[in-house]
Amino acid sequence: MSMSIPPAEAALPRFRRDPAGTHPPLLSPDYRSTRLRAPLKAPVDLPQRMTEVTGPVFGDGLVHPDDADLTRGYAEEPAGQRIIVCGRLIDGDGRPIPRSLVEIWQANAAGRYRHDRDNWPAPLDPNFDGMGRTLTDDEGRYAFTTVKPGAYPWKNHHNAWRPAHIHFSLCGRSFTQRLVTQMYFPDDPLFGQDPIFNSVPQVARNRMIAAFSLTDTRPDWALAFNFDIVLRGSEATPFDPERS
Amino acid sequence: MTTLLSTPSQTVGPFLSIGLTWERAEYVVPEGTPGSFWIRGRLLDGAGEPVPDGLIETWQADPYGNFGLSLPPVRPAGGGSGFGGFGRAMTGPDGQYGLLTVKPGRVTDGAGGWQAPHLDVSVFARGLLHRVVLRIYFADEAKANSADPVLCSLPDDAARATLVARPNGDGGYILDIRLQGDRETVFFAV
Repeated sequence: MSMSIPPAEAALPRFRRDPAGTHPPLLSPDYRSTRLRAPLKAPVDLPQRMTEVTGPVFGDGLVHPDDADLTRGYAEEPAGQRIIVCGRLIDGDGRPIPRSLVEIWQANAAGRYRHDRDNWPAPLDPNFDGMGRTLTDDEGRYAFTTVKPGAYPWKNHHNAWRPAHIHFSLCGRSFTQRLVTQMYFPDDPLFGQDPIFNSVPQVARNRMIAAFSLTDTRPDWALAFNFDIVLRGSEATPFDPERS
Repeated sequence: MTTLLSTPSQTVGPFLSIGLTWERAEYVVPEGTPGSFWIRGRLLDGAGEPVPDGLIETWQADPYGNFGLSLPPVRPAGGGSGFGGFGRAMTGPDGQYGLLTVKPGRVTDGAGGWQAPHLDVSVFARGLLHRVVLRIYFADEAKANSADPVLCSLPDDAARATLVARPNGDGGYILDIRLQGDRETVFFAV
């Protein structure tokens, strides 16, 4: 079989499948919006070829350093607890993913999004749009400065509240590694009643929860939370520190 | 050997446009690019209702079958003209998406043959706990499609038809994406 693969193709990376229990099932009926939107047929296996193992390359001009500071860009600072959210983007083999796009969006400190369809009566903040983007550095590190988002109610079920969270979008190195997730904060009392958080199998939920980091706190300025994000690792070339 | 478990996926939620909107991201190529056309369609749920809060994200080869490995990124700074191969379109109130692109060239299938021209597509939306993946093929590439290993792996013509964009008469193509139901789009596990 491998004999028939041209050398250029044989050298392509392949990404291993995540084991069952990593991601939520598409049909998670407690999250009501999945009921009419989750595909019900089993997905068809798509072998990884060129299109699947390549992805956009991000140049330096794409983002501005200020794009990673959500507390800047307006006349005044936004209301709320100032925080730093930082971590590493790595693959399942422990390798950093450098120069890769990280996009975030979030509610303001009162739990309100700057969006036409968010109309619950919590105040908008004229100094906060809730959007950030950055490229990881050569070691796969990223850091955002923002304010801690508030919790907010939604209409999924009676008295439903979303735990405070920040949406993260990751492009990785390839189409196959693409991931969108949400980062939560430690010890949130709202976890137990949230069907989106709980759609993920229990053993994997803690991988979505940031850790408070005194080390990364900026004295007299901002608290810090660490959130490392792991994208799929390679199929055939496990990380070998001797060779890398 | 280090083996780390992946971070789980979560839905983009209803407010995805705050974080995932880039100016002119639906232009994979600039307007006026020779051979460019619009691919349009609707994103529909299991009741046939439009999904107005979805994102269609595409990745493709250039017309010569090469990927933009060292070419400009998502949105070239200053709106340059390089081919990045990456596109994003938010769905509108009627579930419509639209992307301006060019037809990708043929790409090898890794086993001595060729794949038909195709785009890899990720769909994100409120109510989707992880992305779903499809490919867009082109109806006027019937010969290449008939030899494409991915299309050939599907059970029947009805399944294949869910991935084949039809010419719409004005030089563009149309493909509706159905998340659920009798004519549910074929989605892939990559």
